[in-house]
Amino acid sequence: MKLLTLNFLTCAVKACKSSSESFPLHPKDAELAQDEVELNPQLLTNILHRIDWNALRTTATELGFPELPGQAPTEEELQADEKKMKDLHNLLIETQLMEGKLVCGHCGHEYAVREGIANFLLPSHLV
Amino acid sequence: MDYIIRFSQSHESFRLPEVQALATLEGIDMKVLSYSPETPFCIIRLPSASSADAARLVKRAILVQTISELWGSGITMPELHASVRANSSHLWPQYRTTSFKFWVDSYQGARTNSKRLALIKEFAYLPFDGEVRMSNPEEEFSLFEDWPDQAVPLGIPDPKCYHMGRRVGYGARDLPQKLDLKKRRYISTTSMDSELALITANLALAAPGKMIYDPFVGTGSFPIACGLFGALTFGSDIDGRSVRGDEKKRTIKANFDQYGLVERMGAFFTADLTNSPIRRAELGTGEGKDGRGRTFDAILCDPPYGVREGLVVLGVRDPEGKDAWRVRVGKEMKADPTYIPPKKPYSFMAMLDDILQFSAQTLVDYGRLSFWMPTANDEEQEIAIPTHPYMEVVVVCTQPFNKWSRRLITYQRLPDAKVDPNAMKERTERARDLGVTADELNPFRRGYFTKFETQP
Repeated sequence: MKLLTLNFLTCAVKACKSSSESFPLHPKDAELAQDEVELNPQLLTNILHRIDWNALRTTATELGFPELPGQAPTEEELQADEKKMKDLHNLLIETQLMEGKLVCGHCGHEYAVREGIANFLLPSHLV
Repeated sequence: MDYIIRFSQSHESFRLPEVQALATLEGIDMKVLSYSPETPFCIIRLPSASSADAARLVKRAILVQTISELWGSGITMPELHASVRANSSHLWPQYRTTSFKFWVDSYQGARTNSKRLALIKEFAYLPFDGEVRMSNPEEEFSLFEDWPDQAVPLGIPDPKCYHMGRRVGYGARDLPQKLDLKKRRYISTTSMDSELALITANLALAAPGKMIYDPFVGTGSFPIACGLFGALTFGSDIDGRSVRGDEKKRTIKANFDQYGLVERMGAFFTADLTNSPIRRAELGTGEGKDGRGRTFDAILCDPPYGVREGLVVLGVRDPEGKDAWRVRVGKEMKADPTYIPPKKPYSFMAMLDDILQFSAQTLVDYGRLSFWMPTANDEEQEIAIPTHPYMEVVVVCTQPFNKWSRRLITYQRLPDAKVDPNAMKERTERARDLGVTADELNPFRRGYFTKFETQP
């Protein structure tokens, strides 16, 4: 799964939805892979507004990426700065989470990721 | 300028909506001057005189064969010639020396070769001195004949009307073949055929730079079609076996790989729509207004009807009583990677409500939801089109079968400002627990297995 997905995923447990601790999920024992993907500036500018920047900073730090700036770049900044664009592209689009767990910071539930496929099914006592 | 679209005579109720969706996607202001499901010829008007817009309009259209600049129309041949002379004589000099071909497209009619030639010769007044070339000509001109139904067996002598035009573009009739299920590595009994998957992708406005999600992904037919049109795709399914495939040659990834689209795979995961991990915006709070909190440009799906595949969600039927042991097992085994949580039958109508609510909370403004739902053809058993204050119906297309039909319903997510704040309060969620068994929960399934016979 592409890393940008982590910015759109929260804990599947309904009781956790209202808690700010349930987002983003925290990667544990993560194994990453890097794919080479052609840069698509249109995609990045399209989704820039949808990204929760603070959550992305948390994810990047937890996975050992260099610390992201405190503020999200604006569309114009991104278009003007090729390096910024490429770094973001690398983090969001080229990086894949292949193995490990995604852990909810609120209830502690662990979602397994195997061969890039996460499993968000819940046992009956959590639905 | 007016253009004539030559549709394929199939999936009639999808043809115009597909082209209209592409007009929206390409930002082309298209006006339909004449269309009927009975004929494959449709006349439209585009504001620009450049034929490039016309070509762009249909280049992804699965149900379009060709588009031509309309030079004239008539009920009879003399009328057609008068119309061609009046409308197109200013265009003639451009084609004086180009190579060309001229052919007759008779819909529902039959012409002998000598009659065809005679018809073409009637256009000798066109000042074309270029070479006639049957393969790869620079220009193609067509005489379109629209014959009445059963014209050949009834011996009807003349078509209903004629059109003449210069070809400016082609549809994408070859794409379904490219994604043909018969040659796809990983499919299942419920995989959507490639032609309808591509049409659905067009109605949902799939395009480069967009993010698209299928919450009932199965073997990935919709994401593959959207990926082919350049979108970044996401999918999930409550059935982990279908998301994983055989983990070797038959997987969703193998399908994307087959078409060279692996980089269009965002993420595929196992999840239940009623307990979805996708982050959602709270409706009516202004959340997600600038896009944040709402993730997708489009949602496409063919939810389970409960006929060939069970319609289930996470949970057990009787958690306090006879299923209590399954809840206990879940508590103990939740961290075991081999543990598969239990599922229970769910109401079909409630599922449709859930899809609409989920879409309202996750689609960007004017993002589209295109989903398939079945209904009985019998009016009394017909299942109403589900509604939601935030989701405006764009178009409903129908694929009829014998006693039931499949509908493709396309909605767009309205911006918060266009939604009546009271409408949400009045929206009553359908009762969730009126039944327990699959038949009680699903009027379509019940009808299907009783052959849609009306109760005495």
